[in-house]
Amino acid sequence: MEHAGGGGAALEIRGLRMVYRRGDAAVEAIAGLDLDVADREFVAIVGPSGCGKSTLLKLVTGLRQATSGRITLHGRPVAGPRPDVGIVFQSPVLFPWRTVLDNVLLPADVLKLPRAQYTDRAKELLELVGLGGFETMYPQELSGGMQQRAAIARALVHDAPLLLMDEPFGALDAMTREQMNLELQRIWAASRKTVVFITHSIAEAVFLADRIVVMSPRPGRILEIISNPMPRLRTMEDTLSPEFGAMVHHVRGLLGGGGTGAAL
Amino acid sequence: MARLRHAALPLTVFVIFLAVWEAIIRGLEVPSYLVPAPSAVAGAFWRGFTQARYLDHAMITGFQAIAGFIAGSLLGIAIGAMVVVFPVAERIVYPYIVALQTVPKVAVAPLIIVWFGFGIESKIVIVALVSLFPVLVNVIAGLKAVDQDRLDLMSALGATRWQIMRYLRLPNALPFVFAGLNTAIVFSVIGAIVGEFVGANKGIGFLILQANFALDIAAAFALFVVLSIMGVTMHATLQWIQRKVVFWSRAEEHFRP
Ligand SMILES: Nc1ncnc2c1ncn2[C@@H]1O[C@H](COP(=O)(O)OP(=O)(O)OP(=O)(O)O)[C@@H](O)[C@H]1O
Ligand SMILES: [Mg+2]
Repeated sequence: MEHAGGGGAALEIRGLRMVYRRGDAAVEAIAGLDLDVADREFVAIVGPSGCGKSTLLKLVTGLRQATSGRITLHGRPVAGPRPDVGIVFQSPVLFPWRTVLDNVLLPADVLKLPRAQYTDRAKELLELVGLGGFETMYPQELSGGMQQRAAIARALVHDAPLLLMDEPFGALDAMTREQMNLELQRIWAASRKTVVFITHSIAEAVFLADRIVVMSPRPGRILEIISNPMPRLRTMEDTLSPEFGAMVHHVRGLLGGGGTGAAL
Repeated sequence: MARLRHAALPLTVFVIFLAVWEAIIRGLEVPSYLVPAPSAVAGAFWRGFTQARYLDHAMITGFQAIAGFIAGSLLGIAIGAMVVVFPVAERIVYPYIVALQTVPKVAVAPLIIVWFGFGIESKIVIVALVSLFPVLVNVIAGLKAVDQDRLDLMSALGATRWQIMRYLRLPNALPFVFAGLNTAIVFSVIGAIVGEFVGANKGIGFLILQANFALDIAAAFALFVVLSIMGVTMHATLQWIQRKVVFWSRAEEHFRP
């Protein structure tokens, strides 16, 4: 297996199956899924709405229990929520009663890490995501894009080696989204974390990822995994290259003509 | 300056209202034991504070209302938190609370006077009882009404129940708690007056009864004015505290009976 960045597998998923039950009704969300994500790799997951992407993320974080299958994170099976994972949700999920800095420090508070030491780190991270100087403001005083960047800083603060992101830029306009893609690539390159990134946007997936996992409609399984060999750091110029266009075209074909949010 | 201009219109309307009222009473020679003229009410108000020690009575009623309000609210917060932390407690305690709530406090007020005497203690108990429920209901609602995303965020970090309580549920409940407190503070003045109606020898409620017996309707109106000043002051103070404490949530206007 060839992975950008080398190293061992950060995440190993084997025969994962998830069935939601409510009374007699059963919804099969994920039907047998195998995936390896290498250390420091950036993997994007695309698939039609309702194919089980968010479910997959909840299983990896241990927020939900799989019906069957095995998930191994850094060599240890996932049996519940773990501090070696940072999560960015679709919405920023910031607490309005905490300042931006205190929001970023929330993981440190919960994990009982020394606040003094982590305050410096949080400030550096806010600087990194372009929010230097906004520490003492409250989330409701920031724009949507700024809030999402604060959420990214929060996911990074306890230095978890794996970052899971569930359509983090879904609510942003196209311009801000491009900006955020560039920044995320920069942050990823600087922090050298493993990232699993869920998105509806094919172009976003191809732009960001080392490998793009394309999922089938529900019940979710993997249709194909496409490697993107384009060198880092990529620029918006690169999205105009024939190579990039071919990959986008290929993924769109797999998803069936680009019904679901194919445009960036 | 803007505030002054803002208040100018309602103030003008109020003055015209008083003038028309005064004119009707004088013009139609309405007897003062039915409806007093504003000037008579003002006179009674002045005499009340200079001769009849309205201030002392207002202090007593105010103390009963505030002490009962604080006691009832603290109890409501404590029971509410307990019910949410230990779901068993909800099934055991809640039916009694609802049963208690469905009994009109006016009905049990005489009993409470029998148990706790004619003094301020019985009024504080009555006020605490009427303040308890709106706070309790809102505390439970607020502690429970937590976004699934926020819960997931905390869970994903491996937060304990206590940490979820401290970092998420408690602050999340605060706007709800204040909604309950806003209702309770209005109830608290009503509760104190009800208590005084049933049995007291001090307080604004006691004075209102006296004025009614003496057919001194101007004094009764003056006492209503005292009551509304007390109510408005307490409510405004609470609003001010609310804006400081739950600065992130817009100060909503709540139903005021
Ligand atoms: N808590 C739940 N109970 C029952 N069914 C659920 C639950 N959560 C998700 N599902 C079902 O599982 C399937 C996959 O849902 P999931 O949220 O993982 O999709 P998704 O790929 O993230 O979709 P989207 O791209 O729209 O966010 C859906 O059909 C959904 O109805
Ligand atoms: Mg989803």
